[in-house]
Amino acid sequence: MDINLMISIFPSLLNGTAITLKLLISSMFFGLLIGLFFAILRINNNPLINKFAYGYSYFFRGTPLLVQLYLIYYGLANIEFLRNSFLWVVIREPYWCAIIAFSLNTGAYTSEILRSAFQTIKEGYIEAAQSLGVTKKITFYKIQIPIAIKQSLPAYGNEIILMLKGTSLASVITIMDLMGEARKVNVLTFKPFEAFITAGIIYLFLTFIIHNIVKYLEKKYGFQT
Amino acid sequence: MELLSFGDTGWGDELFFATLMTIAVSIAAMAIGFVFALIFTPLKLSKNKTLNVIGNCYTTIIRGVPELLVIYLLFFGGTGAVMYVASIFGYDGYIEINAFITGALAIGIISGAYSTEVFRGAILSIDKGQFEASQVLGIKKSIQFYKVILPQMLRLSIPNLSNVWQITLKDTSLISVTGLVEIMRQSYIAAGSTRDPLFFYSVAAVLYLVLTFLSMKIINKLESRFNKGY
Repeated sequence: MDINLMISIFPSLLNGTAITLKLLISSMFFGLLIGLFFAILRINNNPLINKFAYGYSYFFRGTPLLVQLYLIYYGLANIEFLRNSFLWVVIREPYWCAIIAFSLNTGAYTSEILRSAFQTIKEGYIEAAQSLGVTKKITFYKIQIPIAIKQSLPAYGNEIILMLKGTSLASVITIMDLMGEARKVNVLTFKPFEAFITAGIIYLFLTFIIHNIVKYLEKKYGFQT
Repeated sequence: MELLSFGDTGWGDELFFATLMTIAVSIAAMAIGFVFALIFTPLKLSKNKTLNVIGNCYTTIIRGVPELLVIYLLFFGGTGAVMYVASIFGYDGYIEINAFITGALAIGIISGAYSTEVFRGAILSIDKGQFEASQVLGIKKSIQFYKVILPQMLRLSIPNLSNVWQITLKDTSLISVTGLVEIMRQSYIAAGSTRDPLFFYSVAAVLYLVLTFLSMKIINKLESRFNKGY
């Protein structure tokens, strides 16, 4: 193992880490919105809306992230209609394609996490709100959503780490994220161990930080029953 | 639709064999994962500090780095390592390791880390009385494990192992980057030569959905069968 090489490639890998983090943060943000939206659809009583939301989460949880990424990056460009529309500006960029794919994917998992959180909220809270004359809408926004988010913190922490690992797939559609930089080093130097182990250490470090942040949040805002 | 026909003109037979390849890699990876899990679960549960640290390192590192990284490390690094070993024995030619073996091994190492966690959880949830009862009956430690703990552990871990199986099945799509012709790789080739990526990646998505759906059905059958007595 060539320690000097590992140190010398570190700065370029850090550049990649910045892109990895950007991808992670933006897809987690959009994913959370999508997940919340579909979780609300899932607890709807209308069977049609319910089935639609279930189908969405089934598709994105049942197929590999790589397929979804390829479908969006290579597949959408194939539709004449999309190519002529204003959306072309977005879907011709691999960066945006990656964010779309990751957001939809993490949105599906998040919707499942939030749904189970909504369903496990104790009846008593809702009944208490009702008996105090709080309207349904305010009960939902002020009681159900905050409790659901607090309850799903541990599972959501896992989802963030899974997504961090998922962003490495962006490298196969030419994005120079941490994984992409590591691949470049491997191609240039023919030293796979140094390149990938250094990248692995950075990934582990990120996982460690995310894990601890979630743990801290859990302690601070976690829901004690 | 003629794109999916069997024979020389369509991609139906190619995709069919690619699906079989995906299933084969998944099963091989799952089996390799079990071997890893059966080695590392006792380490994680052991009272010895050093063994404990080794077990924890395995699961933490593998679950903390991207799957793609493990695959690249084995694929690019594996060839170098094997050639280095061969050069000690006086062989200097280029050796290429079979993509199936590296792929199954890489995914196996990953699924092994998840299986280890599942097994650990299952053993911890076995009633203490079971251990004590077998001790009272004077059963040896090794036999206690094989005859009392292992069967119960397997039954308890079926629901979580089904999750591991789903993850493994989806992870095999990543092996396509190393050139093994499974569903993803075959769709990539077909999409390239027909210039119809939307169609072929949709077919790939449907194939994966069918695989996950069928495996869920089978696992549910297994689960109800093993839970008959409970």
